[in-house]
Amino acid sequence: MATASKSSKRRLEIVENNENSAEVDDIIEAQVSDNADDSTDEESSEYSGLEDDEEDDSDDEEDNSDWEEGSDEDEEEGDEVHNMSTNEDSEDDTADDKVVPTAVPITQDGPSTSTAQLPAPPVEDEYAYDSSDEEDLRNTVGNIPMNWYDDYPHIGYDLEGKAILKPKRGDEIDNFLRKMENPESWRTVYDPQTGQDVILSNEDVDLIKNVMGSRIPDGSYNPYEPWVDWFTNEVMETPVTGRPEHKRSFIPSRVEAIKVGRMVHAIKMGWIKPRVAKDTSVERHKYYLLWNADDKSEDVRRIENPIPAPKPRLPGHAESYNPPPEYTFSEREINQWNRLAETPYQRKFPFIPKRFSSLRAVPAYDRFARERFVRCLDLYLCPRAKKMRLTIQPEDLVPQLPKPRDLQPFPTVCSMIFKGHKGLVRTISHDPSGQFFISGSDDQTLKVWEIATGRCFKTFEVKGTVRCVSWCPNASIALVAAAVDNNVYLINPGVGDRLVQAKTDEILKEMPAQTDYLIPQRVRAVLTWNEPDKAQWDSGFRVTLTHFKAVKHVAWHSKGDYFSSVMPEGDNRSVLIHQLSRRRSQLPFSKSKGLVQCTLFHPLRPYLFVATQRHVRVYNLLKQELTKKLMTGAKWISSIAVHPGGDNILVGTHDRRLCWFDLDLSTKPYQALRHHGQGIRAVAYHKRYPLFASGSDDCSAIVSHGMVYNDLLKNPTIVPLKKLRGHAKFDDFGVFDVLFHPTQPWLFTSGADATIRLYT
Amino acid sequence: MGARMKKKYEAGEATKYITRAQALKKLQLNLKDFRRLCILKGVYPREPNNRKKAQKGKLDKKTLYYVKDIRFLSHEPLIWKFRDFKIFMRKMKTAMEKGDKETVARLKDNKPSMKLDHLVKERYPSFLDALNDLDDCLTLCFFYSTLPRDTKVPANLISLCRRLTVEFLHYVIAAKALRKVFISVKGIYYQVEIKGQPVTILINHLRGFKPTTASDVDYRIMTNFVDFYTSMLGFINFRLYHSINLQYPPKLPGININENAADEDATEEYNELVAALNTSLVANVPEAEEELQIDEFPSADGQDKLDEAKREAEAIERMKYLFKGLKFFISREVPRESVVFVIRACDGEASWDSSIFAGATYDETDESITHQIIDRPSVEKQYLSRYYIQPQWLFDCINFRRLLPVEDYFIGANLPPHISPFVTERLGDYIPPERQVLLALERGETLPAEEEEEEEEEEESEDDSSEEEEDSKPKKNETTKSQVVKEKKGMKVMRGRVEMPDIKGMDEEEKEHYKFRELMIRNKDKRLYRSMMKNRKSREREAKRLENKRKFHEKEEKALKKSTSTGKELTAKWSIQPLSSTTSDTQIKKIKKDA
Repeated sequence: MATASKSSKRRLEIVENNENSAEVDDIIEAQVSDNADDSTDEESSEYSGLEDDEEDDSDDEEDNSDWEEGSDEDEEEGDEVHNMSTNEDSEDDTADDKVVPTAVPITQDGPSTSTAQLPAPPVEDEYAYDSSDEEDLRNTVGNIPMNWYDDYPHIGYDLEGKAILKPKRGDEIDNFLRKMENPESWRTVYDPQTGQDVILSNEDVDLIKNVMGSRIPDGSYNPYEPWVDWFTNEVMETPVTGRPEHKRSFIPSRVEAIKVGRMVHAIKMGWIKPRVAKDTSVERHKYYLLWNADDKSEDVRRIENPIPAPKPRLPGHAESYNPPPEYTFSEREINQWNRLAETPYQRKFPFIPKRFSSLRAVPAYDRFARERFVRCLDLYLCPRAKKMRLTIQPEDLVPQLPKPRDLQPFPTVCSMIFKGHKGLVRTISHDPSGQFFISGSDDQTLKVWEIATGRCFKTFEVKGTVRCVSWCPNASIALVAAAVDNNVYLINPGVGDRLVQAKTDEILKEMPAQTDYLIPQRVRAVLTWNEPDKAQWDSGFRVTLTHFKAVKHVAWHSKGDYFSSVMPEGDNRSVLIHQLSRRRSQLPFSKSKGLVQCTLFHPLRPYLFVATQRHVRVYNLLKQELTKKLMTGAKWISSIAVHPGGDNILVGTHDRRLCWFDLDLSTKPYQALRHHGQGIRAVAYHKRYPLFASGSDDCSAIVSHGMVYNDLLKNPTIVPLKKLRGHAKFDDFGVFDVLFHPTQPWLFTSGADATIRLYT
Repeated sequence: MGARMKKKYEAGEATKYITRAQALKKLQLNLKDFRRLCILKGVYPREPNNRKKAQKGKLDKKTLYYVKDIRFLSHEPLIWKFRDFKIFMRKMKTAMEKGDKETVARLKDNKPSMKLDHLVKERYPSFLDALNDLDDCLTLCFFYSTLPRDTKVPANLISLCRRLTVEFLHYVIAAKALRKVFISVKGIYYQVEIKGQPVTILINHLRGFKPTTASDVDYRIMTNFVDFYTSMLGFINFRLYHSINLQYPPKLPGININENAADEDATEEYNELVAALNTSLVANVPEAEEELQIDEFPSADGQDKLDEAKREAEAIERMKYLFKGLKFFISREVPRESVVFVIRACDGEASWDSSIFAGATYDETDESITHQIIDRPSVEKQYLSRYYIQPQWLFDCINFRRLLPVEDYFIGANLPPHISPFVTERLGDYIPPERQVLLALERGETLPAEEEEEEEEEEESEDDSSEEEEDSKPKKNETTKSQVVKEKKGMKVMRGRVEMPDIKGMDEEEKEHYKFRELMIRNKDKRLYRSMMKNRKSREREAKRLENKRKFHEKEEKALKKSTSTGKELTAKWSIQPLSSTTSDTQIKKIKKDA
């Protein structure tokens, strides 16, 4: 009993020091007496028990008083327990366990269990700190002299109230033999309360030895611990607390006891139940049939216009652990790969393709986690948009044009080369019938050629570079206008029908009477009409128009009476329109609109096209107003040509563009072609066939099909047909002029290499 | 009264979009929660048609969301869960700091939890939608399932991923849905066909796998994804199992994953999962296979397409039972999970050393084993009754959809290149020779190697009879010569010559015409055309480069071979054997021949 009561509390020991020491003394006494008794009475056991045997009557009273004392203490302890439960002070228990002498039942092998009772199942106990003795006791009879049960077969009652039978104890001989055999017999004692033999543990034995040797029972207790001067005379600067704890703090709280009592009652009644941890995982991961059908979607609220994420890219051959040899990197490629360390996104692969000899050798990919992470980022951070994927081949973008074969006839081969000039052949022009053409060159000559034979019929010597020649389109007059430096010569070429020649001479022989006409001052300052002298007449020159600046371009009206001349440097007087029959000239414009390049007459209507550097202006000559301004978008127009129908204009520019204007459609080009390698020098329409051509400095001329329909709703079709090469480059110049035969699908080109070529 | 003045950015594009900062303000969430919400709900920024208008004239680039999407988010009950959780954390923190264990325990018990079931349905209204998005889901779940326990990832999530992914693999095995496999340096790709939709999974290699070292990876974001993906995968698994009349969750032997047991040995558990792969879900596989029948319709596309479809279907059917009747034994150095999965998905049997891992069904000593998968240079003891092959054979067989000859894959053999089955070549792309063989097989053509062999045989036979022929040949020549002489003498109608058209000239004409056509491309298409042509040119250049490289390599290899050995090569490289028994026969014959 004393051990049991002792095992409970340490705090009491500290406080009630005297009491405790008295207890210890009791124990020693008891044991000593036991020892003495047992040795005399019974030899069976050295220690029959810590309590007195039935023979020991003298100690009965003492025992009783002890018991009563103990019970009082126990009550106190009960309260103490509650205090402690609030403080959660469980360390004391374990410390106590060490001190308490413990005993082990024989029936068990392990000496580890500290209590004398049968081992309780190792259930985790909520009230672990509550080391009340009564709870662990198996025998419920209490602290009574066990000799009261001597006459009964049982020794007491267990927790359920069933009788505990006395264990069988053999006769003395058996006991003796057992004692002899058992090496532990010297420390085996009889526990009268349970009626079993108990082996004392080492601690118990030590304790007993200590007591017997009049030493302090607790072996671990150090009596010479350094003195702590609690109540020192030195005043601390910041004392933790100078006050000793009040005695009241050791007395259990009455209020808390009531509270605990209520709780105990509630637990007994089942009002408070222990908390059961919720198994959240099971509930959360319960799966069921979410979709009833495969592709039928039910109406649920979704995000607006969802765009599924693009699938990750599938691996190619290079990603293989054993790629074909051509995919592994050569040294150069590895260097390149390393060089792009700053900009890894430019690399072809994020890894170096490498061959592993076996699957065993393949290590984990070190960027795997990173790649997964980046993919996750892409999924929730990348803006998404629906993009149309192109499923077309580049060929599908190329328009389907009719085959050139179907658009014949057009010139394809060079069939004749006209040689004779010694300088650049800047300009050519054919006669209305198409039998002859005339060419003007930098070698200061004009040559008349017969197309059919290729013969040079005549050569006219002029003083200066021939800039432009133009054969009069009126078939009843044989006349050529040639712009040479400041002059425009009207020349009778002296070929073709003699009657026409004679008639031309007849007309031009005499200057018409200028009776009531006074040449305006403005015109007079610019130009004079001069009659040729005898020598000139004989060599074919009929009229000379002397301008005040160099003339670059002349153009006839389709009727053959009017013609225009252009002096680009003449500012507001750069364009002149001359009337041959009356030998009069006028300056149609009073203001300069830029550097005029060339002018052309509309074939049917009284319009004049004036090409400046950037624009082509269309003037109505009757109304004397600007009707249209065509925006070419080019930097420098070189030449223009008018379709025989008059509604379409071709503009060639030095910046390689060939613009087709449909006057009915807009002032912007209907189509702009850039199929020349260098600037375009000349453009021309065919009079009969749906053909047009352009000559360029890249020594080629391109013949195209340009069909204009009468139907107003149908736009012209333009198909490039053939690139005609042949001219040689001279001084960065290639082809200077292109000219279609009036009736045949033939093309003349004049080039910087002093030749004229005929393509048929 | 004039019309009300119209203000800028009050209609049209500008009102459709909202920036992220505005969205945060509107939803009253912090960035972390917003991000999480976006991930879970599948809301992403949108690219506006006109960014300047959408940003109300601001020039710096902003993350723009649809206003409607954000409004949709604001109705999400999860937001309240987030708020609950925030409060929970606050209480928890207070309690922890006070050391109030009682409160901490109570709070822990009542920790707010989220259910994401409704999100799955909402994001994927139909099952096919979900399948379409399965690639990322599976790859990430597989990645998580291989993570060690010491990562910053909750352990129960890893366990859950393991369970779900293994269940998915089981479905693939049971449904025989595996179509393509590819061992890449990143991991092993598997392509699975579910309901006609290809789903591609990437499973990482495990040797020296160190996921935690990557400092540039934010596992919290990925965990958000995995949270959603696990519930998605669970439902998909359920539906898949349901579709093949299996119960979900399956009762897999050896699997008792305790999700709360964090301290369990991870590797052991993983082994258990692999072991589970080796057990069949379906006790009795329905043996009666339906005969493949494609109804024939007279189609305008012609017979070719129909034939092709038929061939494809037959090949797939054959592939499903590719390893049927074959017994494999897997050596321990071979990655078991992938190999077992591949074998079982094609109806083979697999086992391994039972002393090392659980789940082995038969022993190495079993005489009925036909193939032993081995990945080391040599073995001491070899059984004569089986082939010792390297694991690549399995993967190549599946990609070729037939059993390949085992000679190239023997122990220590220099393996033939492993090519990707996922490449779809465009016109002008380079196709490696191995791939060409595969394509030819798919087209149902005979193999060039076989033909060569036949030719050789013919040559041999010719050699035998050459002596006889030699006598007759000169005679024939003489007669023909005399005939020619006779013909020259008399007047006769000679056989007319075929006049070849001037191809070159025509070509040039065509070329010129094409050039002119190119010139006539509309201006708005011109840039596109140019870029397309540029790409094509670069592709062609790349193809040419690879081709040259290959040629060079082959030449080098040939030279090396000549210098090292003059022995005969195995001629029948690509001959196809339907059964292993025949292969052994041919092999024996060959050995005899060589001898």
